[in-house]
Amino acid sequence: MSTTTTRDATRPAPAKVSKTKPRRGVRGTTFNFWLFTGPFLIGLLIFVYIPILWSAWLSFYEARYTVTPDKFVGFDNYEYMLTNGDFVGSLGTFTVFAAIVVPITWALSLGLALMVHRLRFMKAFFRSVFFLPTAVSFVAASLIWKMSIFSGVRFGLMNTVLDWIGIENVAWLADPNPPWYWLVILTLRLWLQSGFYMILFLAALQNIPPSLYEAAAIDGAKPGWQTFWYITLPQLRATSTAVILLLLVAAYQAFDEFFNLLPKTTWGRPPLVELYHTALGQNQDYGAGSAGAMILTILICTVTLLQGRFMGLGRGDENK
Amino acid sequence: MSALNSNNWDRRTVLRAAMGLAATGGLAACGGNTGRSEGGASGKSLTQYFHAYGEAGTQEAIKRYAKDFDGANVATQWITGDNFESKLFSSLLTKNAPDVFEFHPQLQLIRSGQVADLSDLVNPVKDDFNPADIKSHTIDGKIWGVRMIDDPQFFYYRKSMLEKAGVEVPQTLDELVEAAAKLTTDKVKGLFIGNDMVQTQYPLVWSSGADQLTADNQIAYHTDAVAETLSKYRTMFKAGHLLTGAPADSWDPSALIQGLCAIQWSGMWAMPALQKALGDDLGIFPYPVAADGAKPSVFNGGWSMFVNAKGKNVDLAKEYVKWLWIDQKEHQEDWALSYGFHVPPRQSIAETADKLKSGLPAEGVKFFNEYGRFENPSWTQAMITAFEELIADVVRKGVEPEKALDTADAKVNRELKKLFG
Repeated sequence: MSTTTTRDATRPAPAKVSKTKPRRGVRGTTFNFWLFTGPFLIGLLIFVYIPILWSAWLSFYEARYTVTPDKFVGFDNYEYMLTNGDFVGSLGTFTVFAAIVVPITWALSLGLALMVHRLRFMKAFFRSVFFLPTAVSFVAASLIWKMSIFSGVRFGLMNTVLDWIGIENVAWLADPNPPWYWLVILTLRLWLQSGFYMILFLAALQNIPPSLYEAAAIDGAKPGWQTFWYITLPQLRATSTAVILLLLVAAYQAFDEFFNLLPKTTWGRPPLVELYHTALGQNQDYGAGSAGAMILTILICTVTLLQGRFMGLGRGDENK
Repeated sequence: MSALNSNNWDRRTVLRAAMGLAATGGLAACGGNTGRSEGGASGKSLTQYFHAYGEAGTQEAIKRYAKDFDGANVATQWITGDNFESKLFSSLLTKNAPDVFEFHPQLQLIRSGQVADLSDLVNPVKDDFNPADIKSHTIDGKIWGVRMIDDPQFFYYRKSMLEKAGVEVPQTLDELVEAAAKLTTDKVKGLFIGNDMVQTQYPLVWSSGADQLTADNQIAYHTDAVAETLSKYRTMFKAGHLLTGAPADSWDPSALIQGLCAIQWSGMWAMPALQKALGDDLGIFPYPVAADGAKPSVFNGGWSMFVNAKGKNVDLAKEYVKWLWIDQKEHQEDWALSYGFHVPPRQSIAETADKLKSGLPAEGVKFFNEYGRFENPSWTQAMITAFEELIADVVRKGVEPEKALDTADAKVNRELKKLFG
């Protein structure tokens, strides 16, 4: 399900348009433009924009057990979604989730990258070992976490370990007070994701010119914290920004582990899970679900535009 | 990227917003193998949906019956996982919808025109069916589904464990709460009512002297007794007397067999496996009395066959349902008795079902007749979900029962208003 891309992660080479030879002229360029972007644009149109428009239409109808409704209800669906608490609560859940998972994953993958980068031997081995979990599906990992590691019964792995040090069994997923389920979800996501972002940081680390460190050493900078803080971290700024954005997108798309780890709950439901339960799950209320989806769409557009304004990502190379 | 003019703020911004939306587009890419095979010898084909039964041999049996049908090539989708409802409901809106599917009688399926009228199939043999099954499938004077199996659900217990702890078979909910406490040790939990605590959602209401809905379809579950029953669940949950996070949920007999719990809510279907594993160390009792003047109860669940009214070949689908679930009594008997135990809804089959005539199975059938209550088709899936959320809130999260009941009321009333105006 994940659609994260690595495109923005490594720093793009400076763009240079050849000025010497004008190519085949405007027509050729236009044709090539459509040839290359056409398939993608068609896909975008069919799988993204038409569904969005259909959702927009559905959101004004009472669409129960049908996606071709005929009963117009105006803004009733929007009112329901914004007032019944579940949907608004899910936005809160997402905020908490993102606020925890983004910085921790960022720090952990940077830490892993720094360690692997310093290795003198077996570098490729550790790089692969940390990267491999990325290949595991969220669903499969959820099942392992749920049924073997954080199983609530006495022979679950964590409960066995706790038993050795004399601590009573914990119902990791069943009892939301205290909210141990966050630990389960967080560790799962860290295990699956950190390796991937570690690779991005590693690539960026390798791009830092050694001469910078040499110059710093000559100027008297102590190796370790000082060098890291004044040279490594600033040099990683572009990658860090990209990683944080990718992590935010990934956090927003979180669905699989919440859906599999927390069935039949009223807590721990990020927006996509909430919308799934409203529209596609057992309720089949496509009108209310679409209204929720439209609210989310507006939120995403706003956030994306603001982000472009303030963080400047993708505004153009001259700003870097 | 360099081909685009980098000064063009607007176009870039719009593109970026578009990309943000596109990032969510991955959700749209979920495809589906429909399990539909292209026509057989006769050139006609049907698709049927079944949830995955836990008992060995069930999937093969369903496919074997389908193969015997000459009228069409019937493909079976055996849907694993615990979201059969979701998969069924969403596929019913598409072209890949099943022609025939199993489900429970629910009003919204009929109101939205999704299931076909099967009166002409059932009416000729109406008297042979359990009257309660006919009643729960009759809406607006028409019969909408053919009952395949009735599944009474009750508590199973390990006799040896109760004896050892000096516990009698509970007659009231208070005794059950006490028993759960006494039976809990560092190795065994006293009681298992499902990993999500929702498996007893029907009888807890009935044995508290209430009902899901009144006869004129108003909320009937919102009583003080139900609130009190739910708080007792909360007490057991917080005290750690309930089994949670078991590898297999309570519809599966393994928790009791493996000794994870002493008492477990499950269905008649689990009885053969339990008897095989535990022998005589096994007893059953109905959901005990939870309020003054109330009765013990047993949930008579089950599965019925429905025909998709918007399918490509409704007549052929009806012919198949008639052939298998009305005419082929041998298959019906095999289905009800050879894998898990189910009570056959056809009286002519129930009469000859020797496997259910003695011992524990006979006791199960007695509970079915004496304490059993059937589904109310007006209590639809959305209301079931609302009630499950109520249980999650009160029992697991610790919300005040009264407050959680009000939340559930809002959701159920919204549903009732849509169905009954």
